[in-house]
Amino acid sequence: MINQLIFLYFAAVILVSAVLTVTRRNPVHSVMFMLLLFFHIAGVFVLLNAEFLAAVQLIVYAGAILILYLFVVMLLNVDRESSAPRANRFWPWMIGFGLLIAGEVMLLIARGTFPAEEGKTMQHAGGVRELGISLYQNYLVPFEAASIILLVGLVGAVMLAKKQSKE
Amino acid sequence: MIPLWWYVMLSAALFTIGVVGVLSRRNIFIILMSIELMLNAANINLVAFSHYLQSLTGQVFVIFVITVAAAEAAVALAIIILLARNRGSVYVDEFNIMKG
Repeated sequence: MINQLIFLYFAAVILVSAVLTVTRRNPVHSVMFMLLLFFHIAGVFVLLNAEFLAAVQLIVYAGAILILYLFVVMLLNVDRESSAPRANRFWPWMIGFGLLIAGEVMLLIARGTFPAEEGKTMQHAGGVRELGISLYQNYLVPFEAASIILLVGLVGAVMLAKKQSKE
Repeated sequence: MIPLWWYVMLSAALFTIGVVGVLSRRNIFIILMSIELMLNAANINLVAFSHYLQSLTGQVFVIFVITVAAAEAAVALAIIILLARNRGSVYVDEFNIMKG
């Protein structure tokens, strides 16, 4: 019962801050609502016994990616922010389209059956030990591929964003 | 005890908000943040199913999703800096030099 109340609080804050993220005019405000959203998603992960992922969510998403967004938003400092329209001219159609998708997906979810009951959830699998063993034994090759992706991202970002030299 | 479909509903709603943000906003920062919203919706789904199916595969995949999201954010923000430097704008409907 108390878990359900906590989940409802997290879900309400996640949805409200997601809507505020995509509707605010100032991108800095959007980043701040995104920060609130990431904290509450970390709370949902804790509810699901994934404590390590909650910490990773806070450190990597809120601590690294979001700060990167905030730096670039403040670095570019685009004025005209107060006068330009914030949505393109198709936005009523797009909102209708989104409501259509949401209705369809929720109808499918409501008609489906999920075989999950009280005693079937895992007890101590959210720990770092089991996750590390799984990551370094069963998923070693994807792990190395992820490190290659990170290297490519690093080199690509530096190559793209440095000043172009006039030859 | 929280039913599994609550998590799936939350994830679907969050994903839909992300889709509407990508399709309707003009500012390219908000579009990228909407993509992050969609990735987080997928993460909630993965962790929820990992919890209810008693398998750690979902959590491992969440780690990969976060890795790819970090690399994607770095490269995309570099591209945005280039765009803003060359075109002087961050609004996607002003990037129309390939329009015939």
